[in-house]
Amino acid sequence: MSEKLTPEVVAQALQESLSALAAVEDAATLRGQKAQIVGENSPISRLNALIKAVPNEQKAEAGKLVGGARAKLNQAFEEKEVKLESLAANEALANEKVDMTAAPKFLKLGARHPLSLLMDQVSDVFVGMGWEIADGPELENEWFNFDALNFHPDHPARAMQDTFFVKPVENHLLLRTHTSPVQVRSLLERELPVYVLCPGRVFRTDELDATHTPVFHQVEGLAIDKGLTMADLRGTLEHFARVMFGDEAKIRLRPSFFPFTEPSAELDVWHPDAKGGPRWVEWGGCGMVNPNVLLAAGIDPEVYSGFAFGMGIERTLMFRNGVKDMHDMVEADVRFSTQFGSVI
Amino acid sequence: MRIPLGWLGEMVELGSKVTPNDVMAELVKVGLEEEGSHGGDISGPVVVGEVLSFEAEEQKNGKTIRWCQVRVATSGDEEIRGIVCGAANFVAGDKVVVSLPGAVLPGGFEIAARKTYGHVSDGMIASSRELGLGDEHEGILVLSSIGLDPEIGLDAIALLGLDESAAEVNVTPDRGYCLSIRGIAREYSHATGVKFQDPVLSIDPVMGTGFALEVKDNAPIHGKAGCSQFVLVGVSGLDAEAKVPDWMVSRLKLAGMRSISIAVDITNYAMLELGQPLHAYDLDKLVGGISVRRAKAGEELVTLDQKTRQLHEEDLLICDEQGPIGIAGVMGGARTEVSSSTKSVLIEAAIFDPISIARSARRHKLPSEASKRFERGVDSSISRAAASRAARLLTELASGSFSGVGAEYASAFEPAAIEMKLDYPGQLVGVEYSADQVVASLEEIGCTVTKIDDLVQVIVPSWRPDITHKTDLVEEVARLIGYDKIPARLPVAPPGRGLTSRQKLRRRVLSGLTGAGFVEVLNYPFVSAEQNGWMGSVGAVELENPMQSEASFLRTSLVPGLIAAAARNISRGSTDIALLEEGSVFLPNGGSAVTALPAGNERPSEKILAALKASIPVQPRLVSGLLAGNWLPQSPGQHSIPAGYPQALGALEIVMQQAAVSFELEQLEIAGLHPGRAANVLVAGKVVGFVGEVHPELASQNHLPRSVGVFELNLDEIFALAPDLVQAQELGVMTFLTQDISLVVDFQVSAADLIKSIVTGAGELLEEIRLVDDYRGKGLDAGQKSLTFSLLYRANDRTLTQAEATAARDQAVELANQQFGATLRG
Repeated sequence: MSEKLTPEVVAQALQESLSALAAVEDAATLRGQKAQIVGENSPISRLNALIKAVPNEQKAEAGKLVGGARAKLNQAFEEKEVKLESLAANEALANEKVDMTAAPKFLKLGARHPLSLLMDQVSDVFVGMGWEIADGPELENEWFNFDALNFHPDHPARAMQDTFFVKPVENHLLLRTHTSPVQVRSLLERELPVYVLCPGRVFRTDELDATHTPVFHQVEGLAIDKGLTMADLRGTLEHFARVMFGDEAKIRLRPSFFPFTEPSAELDVWHPDAKGGPRWVEWGGCGMVNPNVLLAAGIDPEVYSGFAFGMGIERTLMFRNGVKDMHDMVEADVRFSTQFGSVI
Repeated sequence: MRIPLGWLGEMVELGSKVTPNDVMAELVKVGLEEEGSHGGDISGPVVVGEVLSFEAEEQKNGKTIRWCQVRVATSGDEEIRGIVCGAANFVAGDKVVVSLPGAVLPGGFEIAARKTYGHVSDGMIASSRELGLGDEHEGILVLSSIGLDPEIGLDAIALLGLDESAAEVNVTPDRGYCLSIRGIAREYSHATGVKFQDPVLSIDPVMGTGFALEVKDNAPIHGKAGCSQFVLVGVSGLDAEAKVPDWMVSRLKLAGMRSISIAVDITNYAMLELGQPLHAYDLDKLVGGISVRRAKAGEELVTLDQKTRQLHEEDLLICDEQGPIGIAGVMGGARTEVSSSTKSVLIEAAIFDPISIARSARRHKLPSEASKRFERGVDSSISRAAASRAARLLTELASGSFSGVGAEYASAFEPAAIEMKLDYPGQLVGVEYSADQVVASLEEIGCTVTKIDDLVQVIVPSWRPDITHKTDLVEEVARLIGYDKIPARLPVAPPGRGLTSRQKLRRRVLSGLTGAGFVEVLNYPFVSAEQNGWMGSVGAVELENPMQSEASFLRTSLVPGLIAAAARNISRGSTDIALLEEGSVFLPNGGSAVTALPAGNERPSEKILAALKASIPVQPRLVSGLLAGNWLPQSPGQHSIPAGYPQALGALEIVMQQAAVSFELEQLEIAGLHPGRAANVLVAGKVVGFVGEVHPELASQNHLPRSVGVFELNLDEIFALAPDLVQAQELGVMTFLTQDISLVVDFQVSAADLIKSIVTGAGELLEEIRLVDDYRGKGLDAGQKSLTFSLLYRANDRTLTQAEATAARDQAVELANQQFGATLRG
């Protein structure tokens, strides 16, 4: 019953395989029938057995005949395979479609407190100018908070600061009324010249209302070097104001009094983006460091001079970011902090 | 300080159109900050009228009104108006003040013709109070009662000075002289360049003699005598009930003071005008002469406010032969007070030591107009002028006459002389002031300036005791020439080192935790003893003067504040919360107290500095978090995930990873926490904080849900234990093998202990171990659990064989079995 390898037989085998291939309609079936169509069980593969029976001198031609048919079949199979796999992939993607606006939530969103962020931002402005950031204790010895800052024990300026004292009062401990004791510590501990910024929490006995709070935050700057003048103070504050309020911002100095500076000035900032139009806003106090403060740190005021400035962070946040009520900043309502994202 | 503009206008040319705002705008340039304006809110027609006749008409409500015919112009029938008036303190023929329709009285009270009590009232007869003249409202103002008989129809606003207004400025403590119209006028002159007319120069001085006066200070404070000048001037034959003229009432009122009596008003008036506090004694009540001295132990004084004051040996007193009659510069005594029957007074004008007065005022809690001025420094050259001014007013307004009685004491006054290089102001301010500018500015404020080569020698004026140093002179030059002339220059700081490692750690911790879902809050540090007690604190720092007595302690933990904040958020509808705070706590174990502080103007010795630094309590900075409600709410295809100790543990891992330290947990009972859900956190064997759940009772007491996760870590200690630098480990790249093992142990054995056992037993081939399951129940004995771990092995120098991994596992199981009786689950 031996069959002869003829072109007709090869063509028939090829046709059988191509028909089977044409009948397949999806990638999974194609994968399942791969052996039947192009594998060992395929009609073309079966022809390999017939080649053995071909006389040696005709073997090359027979091999060519069968090989040609296999090449045609393989090409057809691959084309079909690519087509069906691509259809299958598209179908899978279509089935995986979801409503992106109804996704489950796996991550939680937190937020920094805007006052804390604002202090960091101010710190970064000064770090960018080569200044360093100094910290100190919130519960201080009276000497660092007042005496070393040229507040004479009997001077009325001491009464200007509504101070929280710690029991027993004869131990001279208090909650710092400004971050200036950090300046004193910096002068005592650091090598000259000193360029430091002191952000932090301060305390005064004001009742909480829309614009006051007994616990608030300040940043104070201090620069002590040879030859520093009020012009350096103005330049520093102008740069700071522009970073905080935009290139249109400018500052104004008005004569004032602080025990630790002489001359002293109140600082107003021209706020170009103020609600209701550009205007001057009271921002802080500043001046040239009083020689007595330098003496308290053992620095010769005939050789060194310097300037200091300070402003309230709450107040800055209020007029800069339109916060209307101090209560929002102290009540720890998560909705207050989260509304800012991290944009301050 | 309030400044009635009419008063100011007597010393500087103001111009007729000037408003309080104009004046404040000028004064702010020289350092007097604006506070607001007062008065001047009245507009016409307000005229003098004569009541021609009236009929009293009883009303249904029981009130009787008068229907008056009032003439408001000199001629013509049409100038007689019908006006309804509720008062009854006048008769026909009285001259009164009539507000006609169109007038606006203080408080925005608009007058119009209106129907009332059956008549059309064509205006209003005004009371003193309605005109803004005083608190008197017993009936209308009858002009004859204040000695006036003006022409009918005259403008009453001008007649009574009702249009006077006042500016108010804030006076900084260095400018005592600006607590007077005289001082403000001088500053107005500096600001505007208009000429200042010193009122002192136009006072005709009076001098009395013969009154016994002794000034003696046995206990000067800081070596400074309590009294350096004391002037007494007598005035007799007074009518103590004389009417205070309206212009004076009006000015006092605008200046913020109430009219009391002619004698008191005059001393107040002269004080406001010149800045010299004055006191008037009833001469007939004085016993013998006057002495100024310090109080003796046990002495008492009944002051003007009828309170008995226990005097302190540091109080400076004014005394007569019977004892104290006043605390110098603070308040007079009741015994020698002037009254309506006073016939003769002795006026006192003195200069007292600011520190002595400040201490007495504070000690007796008596901040007075006088003490405020003495504390800030009073012009030492005008005592006699001020006493004379008051005496002259008493003769003019209260029919007094000089008795010739009086006394005067003055210690030698040496004005301060300051030497300054002429280029110093320019050096400090950064403006090139010329020598002429410097000298002219100093002379303008009243200094006597002597130029010696490149130096000036400056004698400061008697009203500027605040100027003691050359930098004070610099401020005067800078403010007179103008702060707006100062240029801007950006100084160059030496290269900085950026944030410190500690500062960076704080930021990383805050970003890490907020990035993971926590919201940062900033709570007040004030708590009650009970709140501190929640977390087991036994002592705390207590405030002398807390805002609220129920929160008089400083926090020893951040958790009580977070609990309160969480409760507040929940009550506002934010029920799923994860709060975070980074801040100081205050531990009671401070160093030793320093009771005597060193001076402020020189560097203390290193020993004293160290003592000062050691005197403050320890104030570690902590980071704490608190979670309640759901960590994640339900969402499509996802159940809600409740908040509790697991997220607190996660937060703890974030903090530790940010600090690059590894930690261990030690489960135990902790105050304030759930007894079965609490652990100490240890780094290198040291406790640095805790983690767990808030005790359910504490949570419930604060209206929080039962399960509240919490952690608290000491960032200072973690920072101290953290590496400065992390050295990289070599990463193994050879093939790894993984194994899962399940170990059955008693349920009391902690996973952490078992892991330690496995790690030790398996040796160095074990690279990673993870707990993947904790099973209890079917297939296990009661009281047992099966913990499943996923292990990863690797050798760095060769491809690991399965046999090696199995051997390592067997060693691990054996050690766990020895230590905890663990058996491999089949």
